[in-house]
Amino acid sequence: MSELSELYQQVILDHNKKPRNFRKLETANHSAEGYNPLCGDQLTVYLHLEDDAVREISFEGSGCAISKAAASMMTQAVKGKSKHEAEQLFTEFHRMVTGELDEENTQNALGNLKIFSGVREFPVRIKCASLAWHTMHAALNNQELVSTE
Amino acid sequence: MATIEKSLTEEKEQAATWDVERIRADFPVLRQTVNGKPLVYLDNAASSQVPQVVIERGSMYLEQEHSNIHRGVHYLSQKATTAYEGARETVKRFINARGSKECIFVRGATEGINLVMHGYGRKFISAEDEIIISAMEHHANIVPWQMLCEEKGARLRVIPMNDAGELLLDEYEGLLNERTKLVAVNHVSNALGTINPIKAMIESAHKYGVPVLIDGAQSAPHMIVDVQDLDCDFYAFSGHKMFAPTGSGVVYGKARLLEQMNPFQGGGDMIKSVTFEKTTFADLPNKFEAGTPAIASQIGLGAAIDYLNSIGREQAAAYEHELLRYATERLSGIEGVRIIGTAREKASVLSFVIDEIHAHDIGTILDQEGIAVRAGHHCAQPVMQRFNVPATARASFAFYNTKEEVDVLANTIEKVIEIFS
Repeated sequence: MSELSELYQQVILDHNKKPRNFRKLETANHSAEGYNPLCGDQLTVYLHLEDDAVREISFEGSGCAISKAAASMMTQAVKGKSKHEAEQLFTEFHRMVTGELDEENTQNALGNLKIFSGVREFPVRIKCASLAWHTMHAALNNQELVSTE
Repeated sequence: MATIEKSLTEEKEQAATWDVERIRADFPVLRQTVNGKPLVYLDNAASSQVPQVVIERGSMYLEQEHSNIHRGVHYLSQKATTAYEGARETVKRFINARGSKECIFVRGATEGINLVMHGYGRKFISAEDEIIISAMEHHANIVPWQMLCEEKGARLRVIPMNDAGELLLDEYEGLLNERTKLVAVNHVSNALGTINPIKAMIESAHKYGVPVLIDGAQSAPHMIVDVQDLDCDFYAFSGHKMFAPTGSGVVYGKARLLEQMNPFQGGGDMIKSVTFEKTTFADLPNKFEAGTPAIASQIGLGAAIDYLNSIGREQAAAYEHELLRYATERLSGIEGVRIIGTAREKASVLSFVIDEIHAHDIGTILDQEGIAVRAGHHCAQPVMQRFNVPATARASFAFYNTKEEVDVLANTIEKVIEIFS
């Protein structure tokens, strides 16, 4: 069960139970809907962008523990960042969960997002972890709908 | 009541005499470990496993008979043709069709339903007509009809169901009218396990002269199907859900209807003669089998049916029923587990959700213990919407599963709940 406890760490379980920034954002000026047709996970990411920075961010929707926790922690990580920094985090996160980035031995800004590194041992769950990030990326770039298929 | 009790006792007796270890020895795939644990394969409603005799029959074809069918005058082509048409005869007896020409080989139930949509639907259904399906259909028996309705301006009507996952038959009767041109329902729901009373439903439709298509993907592997007794007009099923390779499947149709229908695909083997001005189509069943089919797979389907007959279909069904009863009892006893689909008549499928835990998380944790279940919407999103769940976990059984495997499932579900507590 070691890979499993790596995947379902307490922090992830906690964010699943009590997702942060889990609401509709009334002041949002960007939003996008993310959908994983394979499992039916669905979420909306709301952004309030001002002077090219993420002033506020929130999400709502339904999904598995991994997708919900990833969305919750994504909002915490991205809030206050510039558009460029948010995009860079998205790239680093995506490379980490797909196994392209050695997060321990290369310079990166992932911080506590590294707890999602265990996802790469579960290929079918990578999309769960990256759905919120893809959706945030789409919202930043004015795409309204993103699908992980 | 007395008769029900008697039949239950009989079923238990039959189940008790089922030598499951001997049966398991027929399935090489079951001998492996997954993540260091013995494989517990409970995803039979998606694809069931293939017994050694079917594997050997497919290999024998490839080693000794492989050639194209219905074409060559040479030895191998004749051998291949004989084997392929032999499988059709086996299918005919399996579903008790009047003639083997009524058994069209297709890639699976999905292709079978699409064949009827194109061949029958596009020819005989027009604007303002109505097609009735049910609230518990697989996408394979929704989307083709939706596409047809869109194309023709016809209307899709849906038989609702109750909270147990049983169709509301009064509502069904109310939907039937002179505009109804087709009824398409499943025999057994892949997401809920409900066995629908299709014989009575077919009778009702026939009062209006309406043909009925049965999606038999989940029933053909688990119960005796007699298309003449049911009097269904079309019956589609997949080989890979009944112990045969993927790419095999059948759509049965009454000859009278098949003859009136347009062909499905055009190409070789489905013609009598071709000129640039006109093509004359072949007789049944070739009219519907354009191009080279999945010969090895369909021969495998024939071998799988022979295997089912050899182990005893009624005994297998009784054993599966007892397994389902036991699994229902075990899972119902776990706090936080809710079974989706509690119809009185069920077969082989146990769908469930756990409070606050998504089906995909359940599936991943079960997989770590070697247990294969399906987690998701089961290609039946309207069913998920009806029960207001994003997804379910589904254990589905075959006659090679054991009560011990059900115990492993139940114990691991308790572990899942513990992880998330």
